Amino acid sequence: MSTPQAPSTLGRPPWLLVAPGVVAAVLLVVPLVTLVLDTPWASFGSQLGRPEVREALAITAWASFVTVLACLLLGTPLAWLLARVEFPGRSLLRAAVAVPLVLPPVVAGVALVTALGRNGLIGRVLDDSFGLTIPFTTTGVVIAHTFVSMPFYVLSVEGALRASGERYDVVAATLGADRWTTFRRITLPLAMPGVLAGAVLAWARSLGEFGATITFAGNFPGTTQTMPSLIYQALQTDPEVARTLSMILLVVSIGILAALRNRWLTTP
Amino acid sequence: MTTAAAGLTADLHVAGRLRARLRARPGETMAVIGPNGAGKTTLLRALAGLVDVEGSIEVDGDSWTAPPRLIRERSLGFVFQDQSLFPHLSALTNVAFGLRTRGLSRREAEARAHDWLARLGVADLAARRPRELSGGQAQRVAIARALAPEPALLLLDEPFSGLDVGVATALRLELGRHLAAYDGIALLVTHHAIDALTLADTVLVLDEGRVAQAGTAHDVAARPATDHVARLVGLNVIREQETVRSFSPSAVTVSLGEPEGSARHRWHGRVLSAVPHGDAVRLLVDAGPELLADVTPSAIAELGLAPGSEVWLSVKETAVLTYATGSG
Amino acid sequence: MSRRHVTAVAATLAMLLPTAACGTQDERATITVLAAASLTGSFTELADAFEAAHPGVRVRLAFNSSATLAQQAVDGAPADVLATADSATMRSAEAALADEPRLFASNTMVLVTPADNPADLTSFEGLDSAAVSYVTCVPTAPCGAAADALLTGSGIAAPPVSREIDVKAVLARVTEGEADAGIVYATDARAAGTAVTTLEIPGAATRLTTYPIATLEQSTHPDLAREFVELVTSATGQRTLRSAGFGPP
Repeated sequence: MSTPQAPSTLGRPPWLLVAPGVVAAVLLVVPLVTLVLDTPWASFGSQLGRPEVREALAITAWASFVTVLACLLLGTPLAWLLARVEFPGRSLLRAAVAVPLVLPPVVAGVALVTALGRNGLIGRVLDDSFGLTIPFTTTGVVIAHTFVSMPFYVLSVEGALRASGERYDVVAATLGADRWTTFRRITLPLAMPGVLAGAVLAWARSLGEFGATITFAGNFPGTTQTMPSLIYQALQTDPEVARTLSMILLVVSIGILAALRNRWLTTP
Repeated sequence: MTTAAAGLTADLHVAGRLRARLRARPGETMAVIGPNGAGKTTLLRALAGLVDVEGSIEVDGDSWTAPPRLIRERSLGFVFQDQSLFPHLSALTNVAFGLRTRGLSRREAEARAHDWLARLGVADLAARRPRELSGGQAQRVAIARALAPEPALLLLDEPFSGLDVGVATALRLELGRHLAAYDGIALLVTHHAIDALTLADTVLVLDEGRVAQAGTAHDVAARPATDHVARLVGLNVIREQETVRSFSPSAVTVSLGEPEGSARHRWHGRVLSAVPHGDAVRLLVDAGPELLADVTPSAIAELGLAPGSEVWLSVKETAVLTYATGSG
Repeated sequence: MSRRHVTAVAATLAMLLPTAACGTQDERATITVLAAASLTGSFTELADAFEAAHPGVRVRLAFNSSATLAQQAVDGAPADVLATADSATMRSAEAALADEPRLFASNTMVLVTPADNPADLTSFEGLDSAAVSYVTCVPTAPCGAAADALLTGSGIAAPPVSREIDVKAVLARVTEGEADAGIVYATDARAAGTAVTTLEIPGAATRLTTYPIATLEQSTHPDLAREFVELVTSATGQRTLRSAGFGPP
């Protein structure tokens, strides 16, 4: 169902809205256009063939995939608890969940180090008792991505759950459904637009994640080097290569966004 | 002890909103009427467990309050004022929902749901989504959904509100049939006198959170104890402490000058409104109490009656029914 | 406010914006020095000395990986002086140089471990074990290139667990105890003091990295830029560098 257009008899759009709108559009679109124009397309294919590029793409893809999975499996229950269950400290928890949103990524990385680094609060226990270290592993990359991306997901889903309200939960209860069945058959399906929008946001954030990853998980080709890390490193010596790599990431992202588009993001 | 346990016995206290006791036998349909804010919907919600209530609810010998029973464990069906059909499920799946939660297989549940939709005359709409249904169709599906699990208690919250008159009338007839066949207890909250009179066995009148009158539909209509019911059934009612005098608008004589004769009951005041009522014209007159008087259209013309006119009203003693408020 | 008022106010504000930016710049002269991360301590001292000797002049320092800085210089970043950690990187910035680079210091690479040496390393060869986690710079940075050469030279096959963007990041990993060891410059080890334990790297003495410095074409104060270079290569500058642990050029 497309959004209805206002009738032309309302008059022309006011220039006070059009002008700033155009400026914003230019600001957002021009750098993308120049990136496309500036990319050495001739070497695109050969760059894609380089093993570091393939590895970085694979790690980026894997990390963002697992991030979305973690959001769906862990973030959804959290969103449900925040929206549906009253417990002491709920608003505090909601605020804490939102914090990674405003944290500069590097600070997020530092926070992860203090918790899960070798000398971190939990990391120390893991290292001493199990010999497990998380930094410098692909797991560390996934954790860094999840940490910065999940708040987007949780807040989106929580918003959707609060908007639809408890109305249908009550109806389901009068029909004999327990809370799990209600969640499974009523609440979650009705919140689906919010779930998908949140997942796309989280996935996009994860794709571009750099600061927290490089601070916490490090940078090593094949294990922890993601596309953004590779691009940043390439910038040091060969900006052209950096542009090509940026283009690759852009093409992949746009491809998936286009595939997801309206189909999934509008209300049923 | 066992016979007293059958049916519904409730003593409900919802802080600040409702304080009522009621009793209904199995198979009975009880209309709950009263002005806005009287607590009618609160009563239904209290029985369903949707609001905090102190007191007791017993259905067919089972206590729903001691210990407090979860909503999903109560054998009830609720038809909400706005239907509240699950928007993402088809009509059939909506109706089957209450059956699946009770353990029926999908096939079995859908078969029974289909039966119910057929009984309500909307079997051909089974695959449609709620947004593709008209008001009347949606209400039928909602009723089917509530009845399909065969609950002990059926609660209907203003099921005909928002429907066209023609649609509501048709639905009223059908619902009457289904309620007659339904062997549980049905409570029907309504604004329409006609629902109370045609569908219900008993009537519970609520006013400001309390039971103002309870009895058979016929008794309540004939001897209304509240202004609200009086208006609903189109009677004039004058209360003096515990005594109520009621008389029909058609027994009222309207004159421009003070009436001669022995009519004991007389009032005068200004006409507030004049609306057609069947073959007559019903006047609402502000004569101390507000009174209804029916006059013929030719009388209107003769006397030149219009809103604002000063008139005298009188009624013969023999036309007045006097009773105590507690009766009925 | 009427529509015309709003437009007028907006236009005025828009015109004022560029002047506001100008306003933050001092009436005094400012020169910008791009310096390799390993020069952090010593160049900060030298900048203070320069400002003291030239009242009314401000020295802004930008420390980063040499390779990044060279790129920025070539891209036309508004700077006056460039000092890198090896000649290869300085060559990559050739197009932006205003004069011939001059060597002003040298550095050797060392192996550092956290103060408590959790992996009990006693020699460089100890890195060649799967149980040891060590970090180096990215190979595109001078510190990374040198570290790789030293590792190959000692026949160490085990790879590092992470390659950091610059040498300061490598040092940070070690001082935080996140890595068992890191390959940094002797000057960095000196700067870290008791936070690290230092081990020699065989062959490091023969693989000195020499630091060149040059003024940039885009400099808006070429005279001051040249004077800064003079300070660095002067006896005063050399003393400061020496005390930080740098060797002669």
